[in-house]
Amino acid sequence: MSILTFLLMDAPYEQARTSTAFRLIDAALRHKVGVRVFAYEGAVSLSMTGQKPHANAVHGRTLEEEAHPTPHAWVGALIELARESGVTFDWVNCGLCVDERGANEVVAGVRRGSPADFWKMSLESVNTLVIPTR
Amino acid sequence: MRVLQIIEPAYRATLEEQDDTVLWFTRAIRAAGAPADVLLCGTAVNYSVRGQDAEGFRVGGWAQRHPPIIEHELSKLIESGARVAALAEDLAERGILTESMLPGIEVLGRKSLGGLCAQYDRVWKW
Repeated sequence: MSILTFLLMDAPYEQARTSTAFRLIDAALRHKVGVRVFAYEGAVSLSMTGQKPHANAVHGRTLEEEAHPTPHAWVGALIELARESGVTFDWVNCGLCVDERGANEVVAGVRRGSPADFWKMSLESVNTLVIPTR
Repeated sequence: MRVLQIIEPAYRATLEEQDDTVLWFTRAIRAAGAPADVLLCGTAVNYSVRGQDAEGFRVGGWAQRHPPIIEHELSKLIESGARVAALAEDLAERGILTESMLPGIEVLGRKSLGGLCAQYDRVWKW
C-alpha cells in the first residue's frame, strides 16, 4: 500500500489551504492510499473537539440550517473514511505546539508527537507534501 | 533520503516561538537522523545577517527573556553539518553584502536552483 505524508501548519478558519489540504487527503484515501498527517503550529487546533458550529444571522439561518463546518469533524470523517477504505491513517499533533495553545482535547485517534515522528512518516511514504502557513 | 528545506517568509512568529519554527524543525529532524539542508530565499535571506538583536520585547509589565537568536540557530545547523545557502539575487535586492553575513552560508544564484533541487530526494518549501 502506498502512503503519502502531509504536513499542515495553518490554524483553522484562516486560509483556503486548509480545505484544500483536506480535499487532497480525502482524495488520497478514496484512491486507497494510506495517509500520514503531521499538524504543526496552528494546525494542531484543527482536531480540537471544542469547536462549535453556530447560527448565522447574516445568512438568515439557524444553527441547524447553517450546518457550520468544524475542522475536527473533518478529521473524524477522514479517520472514518480511512477505515472504510481499508487503508492506514495517522494524524499526529506536534506536542509542543499543543502545549503552547492548550489544544489538548482532540478527536479520538489523533495522537501527540514530535518532528521525529514526521521524519519517520516521510521515510515510509512515497512522497511528502509540506503545506506551510505564509 | 536527502531533504532540502526552502525557507521564504522571515520572522514568522519568531518572538512568540523564540526561534524560527522551520529552522527549529530542521534541527529537530536532523537530530532524528534526517540529512536536511537549508536554502534561504525571499525575506528569509535576512536571517544570514550577523548581529541581529531581538531583545526588548515588552507587553505591559511582561518582558521577554531569551528572545530569538536566529544567528545562533543557523550556526548550530552549520556546526551539525548542514549545508545552509542563501539566494544571491534576494540578498542583492535587500542590499545584504557578503561581509555582513554569517560565515559558512553559501551564496547561490537563482540559475543554480534546478541543479540544487536535483541533489535532493525531497524538497520542502516553507
